[in-house]
Amino acid sequence: MIRKSLTTSILLGLALATSNAQAEGKLSLYHWFEYMPQELLDKFSEEFDVEVTMDTYDSNEALLASLKAGKLGSYDLAVPGDYMVEIMANEGLLDTIGEGELANAGNMEAQWVDVPFDQGRKHSIPYQWGSTSFSVNRDVFKGDINTTDILFNPPAELAGKINMLDSQGEVLLMASLHLGIPQCSTDRDQLKALDDLLQSSKQHWASFGSDIAKDVMVSGDAAAGMLYNGFSAKGRAEGANIEYAYPKQGYVVWMDNVVLLKDAPNRDNAIKFMDFMLVPENIAAVTNYARYAAGVTGAGEFTDPELASQPESAPPADAPAGAFIAVCDQATQEVYDQIWTRLRK
Amino acid sequence: MAAFGSGSTVSRTFAPVRNWLLMPTWLTVGIFMLLPLLLILVYSFLTKEFRGGVIWEFSLAAYDQFIFDRGLFGDAEPSIEWTYINIFLRSLVQATVATLFCLLIGFPTAYFIATRPPSTRSLWLFLITVPYWVNLLIRTVSMKFLIRESGPLNQALLGLGIIDTPLEIINTNLAVQLGLFYSYLPFMVLPIYASVERYNFSLSEAGADLYAGKWTILRRIILPSIKPGIIAGCILVFVPSLGAFLAPDLLGGAKTFMIGSLIEEQFKGNAGNWPFGSAASMILLSLVLFVLLFYARSQAREQL
Repeated sequence: MIRKSLTTSILLGLALATSNAQAEGKLSLYHWFEYMPQELLDKFSEEFDVEVTMDTYDSNEALLASLKAGKLGSYDLAVPGDYMVEIMANEGLLDTIGEGELANAGNMEAQWVDVPFDQGRKHSIPYQWGSTSFSVNRDVFKGDINTTDILFNPPAELAGKINMLDSQGEVLLMASLHLGIPQCSTDRDQLKALDDLLQSSKQHWASFGSDIAKDVMVSGDAAAGMLYNGFSAKGRAEGANIEYAYPKQGYVVWMDNVVLLKDAPNRDNAIKFMDFMLVPENIAAVTNYARYAAGVTGAGEFTDPELASQPESAPPADAPAGAFIAVCDQATQEVYDQIWTRLRK
Repeated sequence: MAAFGSGSTVSRTFAPVRNWLLMPTWLTVGIFMLLPLLLILVYSFLTKEFRGGVIWEFSLAAYDQFIFDRGLFGDAEPSIEWTYINIFLRSLVQATVATLFCLLIGFPTAYFIATRPPSTRSLWLFLITVPYWVNLLIRTVSMKFLIRESGPLNQALLGLGIIDTPLEIINTNLAVQLGLFYSYLPFMVLPIYASVERYNFSLSEAGADLYAGKWTILRRIILPSIKPGIIAGCILVFVPSLGAFLAPDLLGGAKTFMIGSLIEEQFKGNAGNWPFGSAASMILLSLVLFVLLFYARSQAREQL
């Protein structure tokens, strides 16, 4: 990583020397993997005569690490999840969107404007939102799946055949919900219980992996696995008999957001792209591809009709509300890190 | 491997410009190896910054974290921390087994190739290297497809009636071994091949004339002659296996950290502890250096 940051900065230095001549007409995106349809990027390219390049990451933490290791200044926009917007803003990695700079700012859905992680949307615009819980292969297990016992105290059919997301935030939140303890708890007994739960549940899990999470469910390598709701819908569309669970103890809700990065080399085009993504028809294209929900008014008109009724987007009436991942203070985060490392030792 | 023996005689013609000719090598080694290594060393002695990054204050915290366990909350009586030692030991065992695996298959393979007629040798070598034109990641993922429960291997064995229930290979240590073996086999075959090819087979004949059995010839004549190739092959397999994380993550299920994934997690994961990642890298590097020095010493002793 350090080696990378050094070579990057050398390359950047070289790039800077030549970039002035070609700076206009470029946009550099840093985005999640398997999320943004290429056709939409092509559409933006044609409409605004801008050459778009996109790099991808597989976790919010990977995005943060990469930017802190020297990539800040080489990308215009990134798409962090809710809690990571707050962290990145605190770290001073984000630029502020000026009043009236976004022509389509009015298109944001009202519920997503004053969000706790970016009050008044100073640095970000809503992109897609969804939930994370887990899915179960219904050929393998036919009983009740709307309980976190599936992950932490699984029935015999599923034990040893479970894939967990390789994501500390989501795994620890699900475990906290299972125990009924608050996030970022500073209570030592509660943290100890969290550690004990993960240590005792580990025996039931076959693997950890985020980018493989859908594939192992489709291939049958895993009979149950933590999944984002859109991934579960895609897995089902690919032929797996999997059902997405809404556990009664709770589940993770998240929102990805397009943020304006500090020192963006093509800030004007970045603003254009943000406006472009606030057009209902455009953001609906992402929804149709990724199977999540848009945070833009009027996008519903352009989304596939079956999306509104797909079980992965429609929690049953008795399901609890989902919880956002909270940003913990340093002391608690360090205990979380320890618990996570102990889990994998 | 020829590099170990040569390098003593520089032609007089080139002597005046020798340093200039070496410049590209020095620059490459300096900028892309020594400088980054120095950075890692410095970072391992700095104070960690919350959520990644470093504060420029001297600290031994990273090495302390590696060696001492101060409990979940960091204020218990310090005792020896086994977590990281276990991760290192597991990786060491894994790399050792992978090396032995490669040696077991690699030596006969290399011997076989080197004893073919010279005209066909390049074809055999070519065949060994063909799979390695494909990216390591793709090869590892393909391996996963092959050995998974519903994959071709199990389908074939089930179809032939050799087994009744699918073999559970994926997400086990065996899968990781298969992955490492497949990834690094040519690193074993090629140096051994180079040694066997230079081996003078009339020595074997001489041994046979003096009533040495086949086993004795192999043990007393062939093996000592090609030992440098075997050691070089072992090092070339052992060192990358030690830091590998693709095979453990993709084939082993990533349930337990290997050295490589532990270090990666310090930079890419939630932990964001760059000094600790650097310290773990330095400790790994020291281990590898120790192995190499040991080899160099034993080589030097033999030449005396």
